[in-house]
Amino acid sequence: MAHSGINVLFAGHNFARLMGGLWTSVWIAALSILFGGILGILFGFLRTRSNRLVKLIFRLYLEFFRIVPTVVLLFLVYYILPRQFNVNWPGTWMAVLAFTLWVAAEYSDIVRGALESVPKHQIEAGEALGLNDRQLFWYVSLPQAFQLALPGTINLATRVIKTTSLLMLISVMDVINIGQQIIEANNNEHPTTVFWVYGLIFILYFIVDYPLSWWERRLRKNSKEVK
Amino acid sequence: MKYLKRIILVVASLVLALSGLWAGLAANQTHAQAAANQSSVAAIKKRGVIRIAVFGDLKPYGWVNQDGKRVGYDVYLARQIGKDLGVKVKFVQVNANNRVDTLNSNKADLVLANFTVTKERKQIVDFAKPYMKVSVGVVSKKSHPITKLSQLKGKKLIINKGTTAENYFTQHQTGVTQLKFDSKTQQFNALKHGRAQALADDNSYLYAWVKNNPSYTVSIKHLGAQQSISPAVKKGNKSLLNWTNKEITKLNKNGFFEKDFNQELKPYFGKEVKANDIILEK
Repeated sequence: MAHSGINVLFAGHNFARLMGGLWTSVWIAALSILFGGILGILFGFLRTRSNRLVKLIFRLYLEFFRIVPTVVLLFLVYYILPRQFNVNWPGTWMAVLAFTLWVAAEYSDIVRGALESVPKHQIEAGEALGLNDRQLFWYVSLPQAFQLALPGTINLATRVIKTTSLLMLISVMDVINIGQQIIEANNNEHPTTVFWVYGLIFILYFIVDYPLSWWERRLRKNSKEVK
Repeated sequence: MKYLKRIILVVASLVLALSGLWAGLAANQTHAQAAANQSSVAAIKKRGVIRIAVFGDLKPYGWVNQDGKRVGYDVYLARQIGKDLGVKVKFVQVNANNRVDTLNSNKADLVLANFTVTKERKQIVDFAKPYMKVSVGVVSKKSHPITKLSQLKGKKLIINKGTTAENYFTQHQTGVTQLKFDSKTQQFNALKHGRAQALADDNSYLYAWVKNNPSYTVSIKHLGAQQSISPAVKKGNKSLLNWTNKEITKLNKNGFFEKDFNQELKPYFGKEVKANDIILEK
């Protein structure tokens, strides 16, 4: 009886429901990383150009999304957009929108940093070979910046996955939200449910996040061998 | 001079961008207002779906069972409303804090989430007729039941911070020593460990608790003013408000709420709780 809570995990459709919630978290995170990543590369590239106005605009964009907490961003898109602009998408797509804007901001800074850290002699060597601007970018800057941006990218991706736990605040049925439904439905009869449900969620997040860091380590090791 | 030019350029473009944003916002706002009431009865019927905000974690009023199905006293009413409107029901899960915003941002047409009618809330949403009543109750040991307030004089009473029970005892019963806790779990544990003679909270919540703790009983069922729980619509949504009022009157007359009580609440409440403790008189 003391550990009857573990049975709750497998009663009825509970386990399938938790998995469904995890899937919601994962696809929202994946789409946000994809869209945000593409925008982030573009913004980051633009920020290495010399035009001050462009630099300023993207700098402001970055600072805004870096300073405003993610919870506030989610509330902004979920409650203010429908009220002021009559835009009424489901919570899941609002979440993708907010996360994409946030990832784009953070990733633009990672990309800018990486592009600027490519050693100057590499660029000069390229110029000496007679490469034009576009060739310099594609064959010299980008491949080396990719290596430099890798740890930051993976770090950001794991953060996005973890931050999906905030989605329950805008009524998205993510894994945490479903976990709480299960806890409240069983708390009176099985007071240990809370331990088992959160324990399982902890393991689930680990299973999703760990392969990313493993993959990053492998990519870095491979690139060293190539050199 | 070169810098000055650039600064002017930056400032000018910023002003332009801001004013463009402002104009767009203003235009959209009038557009939003012009857009007809999205939650009127006609709009709901045309859409074929009514969006109802419910709790997902308040057993047995609005919760999800192990098959992933939404059930509870509020949910049962929600499904009946959908049936009578001839539309499908889409549930929007809310928690206590975002019930008002969910209505205001058009995320739901109707809130059926154990929404207690208060003066403050009346100013920001429109409440329909009540479908349930709630008041402060006191739970104590069956072997030493506290059936009258006078028995509590000079004794300790456990309450949860921020509840109507705290308000009631702070205003009316100064002879009682209050022992305050932050959460439901803490307060019930304190009672079990014998740190006070009794505990006061919403009676609707206590009924379910004593069912699983049979050595305790809800010895005082009602204290102070009775409060009611009502469906809520967005402020000014006359169409849906009138329809809901008629619907509640009709359902009350044909004994729907007794059925609702028997199916959704009775299995989770102690035997001493009768339908009349929860539902309103016909």
